[in-house]
Amino acid sequence: MTGIKEKPDTEKQDLTDHIAQSQIWKSIFRHGFTDTQRNRVLQMTAGFLLHTRPVRVWTHGIRLRYTWGAGGLTFLMYVVACITGIVLMFYYRPVPEYAYADMKYLKFDIPFGMFLRNMHRWSAHAMVILVLVHMLRVFLTGSYKKPREFNWVIGVCLLTLTLLLSFTGYLLPWDQLAMWAVTVGTNMARATPFVGHEGPFAEFLPFISPSFDARSFLLGGTLVGPGTLLRFYVLHCVVLPVVTTFLVFVHFYRIRKDGGISGPMKALEEES
Amino acid sequence: MTASGTVSGTALGKAALPDKVHAWPGLLRIEGLVTLVAMIVLCVWSITIDAPLEEPANPSITPNPAKAPWYFLGLQELLVYFDPWIAGVLIPGFCILGLMAIPYLDVNPQGNGYYTLKRRAFALSTFLFGFFGLWIIPIIIGVFFRGPGWNLFWPWEEWDIHKVVSQNNVNLSYLLGIKGYWAEAIFGLVFLGAWFVLPPLMLWQKKAATNPTIKKMGIARYVITAFLFQSMMLVPLKIFARLVLHVKYFLVLPWFNV
Ligand code: HEM
Repeated sequence: MTGIKEKPDTEKQDLTDHIAQSQIWKSIFRHGFTDTQRNRVLQMTAGFLLHTRPVRVWTHGIRLRYTWGAGGLTFLMYVVACITGIVLMFYYRPVPEYAYADMKYLKFDIPFGMFLRNMHRWSAHAMVILVLVHMLRVFLTGSYKKPREFNWVIGVCLLTLTLLLSFTGYLLPWDQLAMWAVTVGTNMARATPFVGHEGPFAEFLPFISPSFDARSFLLGGTLVGPGTLLRFYVLHCVVLPVVTTFLVFVHFYRIRKDGGISGPMKALEEES
Repeated sequence: MTASGTVSGTALGKAALPDKVHAWPGLLRIEGLVTLVAMIVLCVWSITIDAPLEEPANPSITPNPAKAPWYFLGLQELLVYFDPWIAGVLIPGFCILGLMAIPYLDVNPQGNGYYTLKRRAFALSTFLFGFFGLWIIPIIIGVFFRGPGWNLFWPWEEWDIHKVVSQNNVNLSYLLGIKGYWAEAIFGLVFLGAWFVLPPLMLWQKKAATNPTIKKMGIARYVITAFLFQSMMLVPLKIFARLVLHVKYFLVLPWFNV
C-alpha cells in the first residue's frame, strides 16, 4: 500500500471492478473498495456493523502496549461462549435424569460435541482471566478518572456478572465436581446477616429458617438438587446473558461518549 | 494528511490534539489479527485439553477437599481465617462496593491515560496489594496447595487424608489475660474501634492542614477511603495474627465474632 488514492483507477476494468459495479453489490455495500479517503470513511459509516465504531480513533489508543487488547479479548471470549452456548442448548436438558447423560452424549455421540463443550468452557475461563487483566490495565492507566468514572462502575458490574455466569454454568454438567463446588460456593449464603439462617441477627427475623432464607432462595430447596439445576440453567442461559449483553453495549457506548480510549494528551487538556 | 492516513492535529488547526487514524484500517486490522491469534490459541486449547467430567453428582459422597470454582477459591481460602458471614458475604460485598467507589474517592488528576508509578504511589500500591496479595495469591494457594481437610500440601506431595494439624487458637483477649464475658467483649470492641479510628485520625491531625491531596478530598471522601482501607488491611492483620499468634477472634459478641 503506498497510500490513499484520491480518485479510483477507472482505466483498469477487471472482474472485481465488474462485480463492484453490479447492482447487487452496490445495493449492499454502497461504496467501492479502492483505498480512497472517501471509502475509508464510508466503510465505517455506510454499513450497520462498522458504524458502531468511530471513523477515526486516537493513535495512542490502538497500541496494544497501551490497552493490552484485554477488553476486546474479553468481549471476543464472551461472543464465543454465547455462540457455543446456544449450540450446546440444542443438546442439553437441565434435569438430573438427563444433564449428566447429555455430557456423555456430547463426548461420545455428537459430532464435535466434545470440541463444542471445550470451546464453551475454555472461552468462559479465558473470559474470567481476561476481565481481571482488563481491570488491572484500566487501573494502571488511571482510566477510571474523570470523565470515565461511571464506565468503571459499569465495568465492576460486568466483572460481577462474568463471575456469576461462570459460576451458574459450573453446575450444569451435574457431576461431582459441579455439585460440590456449587454446594461450597452457596453455603456461604447461609451466613448472610439477617437473611441467612446461620448468619448473625437471623434470630431477630422469626420467619428465617433453613428452608426459607437466602440460600434456599438461591438453591430452590435446602440442598443442591433438581430445583437448583433448573434455576441455575435459567439464570445461566437467559437472565445473566441478557443483562450482561445490555451492560456490555452500555460500556461500549460510553467509551465513545467519554471521548474514546483515554490518553495522556486529552488528560492534560482536561486538567487545564 | 500523511501517506499512512494519519490525520494530524495541526492539519486540522487544533495544535494540542493528539493524532487520530482512520479506524479502517488502523484499528480494525489490529483487532482482526488479535482475534485470529486468540481464536487459534482457543481452538488448540480446546482440541488438546478436555473439559473435566467426573462421576455423576451424588449428594451422599462428599469429596475431600470440596473446592469451589477456582475464581472463588480466594474467598474459600479466607474461610480459614474468618467466619463465613465475613469471608463469604462481607468481603465480596466490600470488594464490589469498594471497587465501584474508587473513581469517586481518588481525586488525584495525574496519571490519567498513561502508565506512571511515581504520581500515583498510594493508589497503585493499595490496588496492587489488594489485587495480587488478597485476590490472586489466595487463589493460587487454594488451587495448588490445599488438600484433604483443607490442609496445606505441596503440589507434588501426596495427599495424606489422615494428616492432622493441631490448632490451639485462642481469642486475642485471652492472650492478653483479659477474663470475663463482658470484659472480653468490651476489649474486642475497643480493639476494632481503635483499628478503624486511630490511624486515620492521627494521619488527619498531622496532615490535613498541609497535605494538598487530603485537603482536596475533604472529610467525607477521607472518612470513606480510610474506612475501606482499614477494612481491607484487617484481612492481612487477621491472617498475621492467626499464623503467628494463633489468634481465633479479635472480637467475641453474643451475635457474631470477628
Ligand atoms: C465483560 C466484561 C468487559 C468487557 C467485554 C469490556 C470491554 C471493554 C473494551 C473493548 C474496552 C476498550 C478498551 C480496551 O480494550 O481496553 C473497554 C474499556 C474500558 N473498560 Fe471494560 N470491559 C469489561 C469489563 C470491565 C471492567 C471489569 C472494568 C473495571 C472495573 C472496565 C472498565 C473499563 C474502562 C474504565 C474503560 C475505558 C478505558 C480507557 O478509556 O482507557 N471494564 N472495556
